[in-house]
Amino acid sequence: MIPNLLRIEKHIDSPTEKFKVMKESQNQVAVDQIFKTKPHISVRNLNVYLTKNHILKNVSLDIPDKAITCIIGPSGCGKTTLLKTFNRLLQNSVDVKIEGEVLVDGVNIHGKDVEVENIRKKMGLLSQRPCPLPMSIFDNVAYGPRIHGTRNKRKLYEIVKNQLEAVGLWEEVKERLKAPAIRLSIGQQQRLCLARGLAVSPEIILGDEATSALDPIATTKIEQLFLSLKKEYSIVLVTHTLRQARRIADYVAFMYMGELIEFGSATEIFTNPKHQLTRDYIGGSFS
Amino acid sequence: MNKIRYNNYRKIKELVLRNSMLFLTVISLSFAVIIGISLYYKSVPILDQQSLWSLLSGESWRPLKGEFGFYPFIMGTLWVTGIAILISLPLCLLSAIYLSEYAAPYIKKIVFPMVDVLAGIPPVVYGVWGILVVVPFISTTLAPHFVEFSTGYSVLAGAIVLAIMIIPLMISVFIEIFDALPGGLREASLSLGATNWQTIKKVVLRKSFPGLAAAVILALSRAFGETIAVLMVCGNVSEVPNSVFDPAYPLPALIANNYGEMMSIPMYDSALMLSALLLFVIILAFNAISRLVLIRIEKNFAL
Repeated sequence: MIPNLLRIEKHIDSPTEKFKVMKESQNQVAVDQIFKTKPHISVRNLNVYLTKNHILKNVSLDIPDKAITCIIGPSGCGKTTLLKTFNRLLQNSVDVKIEGEVLVDGVNIHGKDVEVENIRKKMGLLSQRPCPLPMSIFDNVAYGPRIHGTRNKRKLYEIVKNQLEAVGLWEEVKERLKAPAIRLSIGQQQRLCLARGLAVSPEIILGDEATSALDPIATTKIEQLFLSLKKEYSIVLVTHTLRQARRIADYVAFMYMGELIEFGSATEIFTNPKHQLTRDYIGGSFS
Repeated sequence: MNKIRYNNYRKIKELVLRNSMLFLTVISLSFAVIIGISLYYKSVPILDQQSLWSLLSGESWRPLKGEFGFYPFIMGTLWVTGIAILISLPLCLLSAIYLSEYAAPYIKKIVFPMVDVLAGIPPVVYGVWGILVVVPFISTTLAPHFVEFSTGYSVLAGAIVLAIMIIPLMISVFIEIFDALPGGLREASLSLGATNWQTIKKVVLRKSFPGLAAAVILALSRAFGETIAVLMVCGNVSEVPNSVFDPAYPLPALIANNYGEMMSIPMYDSALMLSALLLFVIILAFNAISRLVLIRIEKNFAL
């Protein structure tokens, strides 16, 4: 009896089924017109409490596959918290309560039988300030593959070379791969962190205000990278700067006070927002 | 006019305050130098009489015959302190890792005050506890497995008591070091799919290694000087210990046991001053070496 039940559940959990269920769900914000592809991450009625503060209020959202989705909103609106529920880094914080579901490829990652390391391996995280690990440039990129069992030196070298090339850092550092990563400039460090994240071959890239500590030139480089990477990865960026969202976003989610106010394609949100709050925020009435 | 005078007054006040604080700082720091110089000055008579090397390597300690060999005491100090660190380092490191990386907040809330209590117990209480518990345990239970006979008053007893005494210091310093690491570092490693333990082993411990090394040196110098509790349990026989079940006679115990009679025997006072100077120099050397090692580590490790 029990195996049968499980199979039924699995069946519902499969992406296509979820997609249908989701389409029927009333909580959606104009999902059906937007999507050409299946969503990569689906958030369902997510409520998050941190030390009894209600941080995320009943958020439901679908992150499309192979596109850049920007989450915008004023400080303290829960953007970063939402991002951290995607790779379950939130549960490391003190006194946190999570209700609702986050589905990645149709699997609820907050479920009990999910191995958290596998979830995180699927997502490269780019934090606000670049955070190189205390080791050499080479070892930083090789860190992820090594952890997941790659020991072959030639293979590691291949991975490191490929990923550093992918972020345009190879030419700059190929002479000093053994040097401490901390000696790179901050823009280089951020690209190194991106390469490090890509080295575990994720499917999703999460960026938490990934350019806010960088100068304009480094920011442009990172943005260009995001634009070229979206062919292969789903990218979710939390950003403070509206102009950045305007430059690179395909889809935009606007959050305010822990609620998802509006979600839609970038052109739609920026030219014809439906909600008054969104209009005010885009127009610069508050930030 | 008024305004200008007022400003001058503030300037003078600032200047006076600043310089008086400088003066007080210099005074408090100069005590280290003053103590060092006076110890040296007092130990000159014995240094004039015998060479430093013969004093350091001499094994017999017979003040009445004028024989002052410090070798057993130096070895006793090293044995007791070394084994104390060997016992307490893994214990403290693992507990600190547990408390800062794994433990739930409420566990920390319970444990931290207990660590403080452990730190607040007076050394003499540790000593009495050592005599009543550790010494009999060693002589009746532990030692018979390894040696024919031990009174229990031994290197091991001293080391165990000393280890327990430096545990609170080490744990709290270790936890401080771990907590001072940037949180993004752990997130960076975890987000790549590393487990908690992989993160600790490859990132947390690596990044905090210089700090941990400095903390161990700090604990070592604290342990070198610990007197009363060690004196009570380690036997105080001036022979070089051959095993952990042999008694030992560390330098601080030598000074504390004999300062009462040092004036009645010629050269005795000078010899004790020399042992104090030795202790002083050993601790100084440890601090200096640790500084150098730290600088080397920070340069060579890609931290």
